[in-house]
Amino acid sequence: MWKWIQRQSSPKIFYQTCTSLTPWFFWPFIGFLLVGLYWALIVSPADYQQGDGYRIIFIHVPSAILSMMVYAIMAIAGGIGLIWQIKMAEVVAKVSAPIGAAFTIIALVSGAVWGKPMWGAWWVWDARLTSELILLFLYLAYISLNNAFDNPRTAAKASSILAIVGLVNLPIIHYSVKWWNTLHQGYSVGTGGLKDPDMQIALALMFVASIFLYALLVAIKAKTEVLIREQNSRWVQDEVSGASL
Amino acid sequence: MTKRQNRMLLVALLVFGVFSAGYLGIKAFNENLLYFYTPSDIANGKVPTGKSFRVGGLVEKGSVKRQDMTVSFVVTDNNESVEVKYEGILPDLFREGQGVVTSGSLTSKCSRNWFGRQCKYIFLATDVLAKHDENYMPPEVAAALKITAEKE
Repeated sequence: MWKWIQRQSSPKIFYQTCTSLTPWFFWPFIGFLLVGLYWALIVSPADYQQGDGYRIIFIHVPSAILSMMVYAIMAIAGGIGLIWQIKMAEVVAKVSAPIGAAFTIIALVSGAVWGKPMWGAWWVWDARLTSELILLFLYLAYISLNNAFDNPRTAAKASSILAIVGLVNLPIIHYSVKWWNTLHQGYSVGTGGLKDPDMQIALALMFVASIFLYALLVAIKAKTEVLIREQNSRWVQDEVSGASL
Repeated sequence: MTKRQNRMLLVALLVFGVFSAGYLGIKAFNENLLYFYTPSDIANGKVPTGKSFRVGGLVEKGSVKRQDMTVSFVVTDNNESVEVKYEGILPDLFREGQGVVTSGSLTSKCSRNWFGRQCKYIFLATDVLAKHDENYMPPEVAAALKITAEKE
């Protein structure tokens, strides 16, 4: 097992794994996205209170879950990089940050667009919205700290510690609607809040599509990051000159 | 202890320290993190006096009265309730039996009757937001659920 991990974490093997996995992430993403959008926009019935407006949930909830999931992956990969000094874990952590930040922005913006017609406000400073905004700031801090060092190993060390410190925000986001009075409603997922099976299927499809999108983006961005880090090695020069032919 | 175990311990300590700090922080600021107070809080005198705050709860059925641009309704948490007066545009989702969060300040209206001077609180709202719950369903399911609820 240890041997296998070490082999996988050599930059060259990791690069090749990413290349071969890319189509396995791309096509399922397209498939789940198209079927998911069809299920979300056409098959699912309208809501008894919000009409068609509730359908923004099918973008909002997957992005919000991914924004937290990607952060957890980033912090765990950063921790693995710190403890076992696996360079490819540092790469995964680094390239995850902008993707997670993008999911956070999507969650915040789609939430604002949903909040204006339903609540009557684009933004309120309740615990759920504020903690999600802090998550965005954590991502931005991670990205800027990572870019502040010339040496990628030092950068990974400093930013991984930041990512692990920020982990404390994840349970706060998740439990904010339970611990405190918030304008944001409680959990719909896992509590049977979506009463119609078609709504549940649509949300599940969109969630799986988001996971494949994340995996796809990590695979593509990690390849670039590996090429930059290993630019002086022989195989990268072969790879790049071969690609340009 | 190897170097790796040393690093593992440091990361574990970091996680432990951060989570304990977070726990203590949340405990200390618990009150400030509430987005709104409930009508029970008003009845128990837990609300800040002399400054504006938010009250949330359900709009009591049959309590909405409109007069020109002014609307008054009763916000309840099924335990205590408070009368709210508001002048302005209400969100689309505002309806009787639904959740609302209003911000404003508390005044009291006193009246003299046979029993002497009686005062009750009136919440003057400057802002009304609708709060919806976590349930989404087609109208038919909502109607069916209502029928079962009425049978019980």
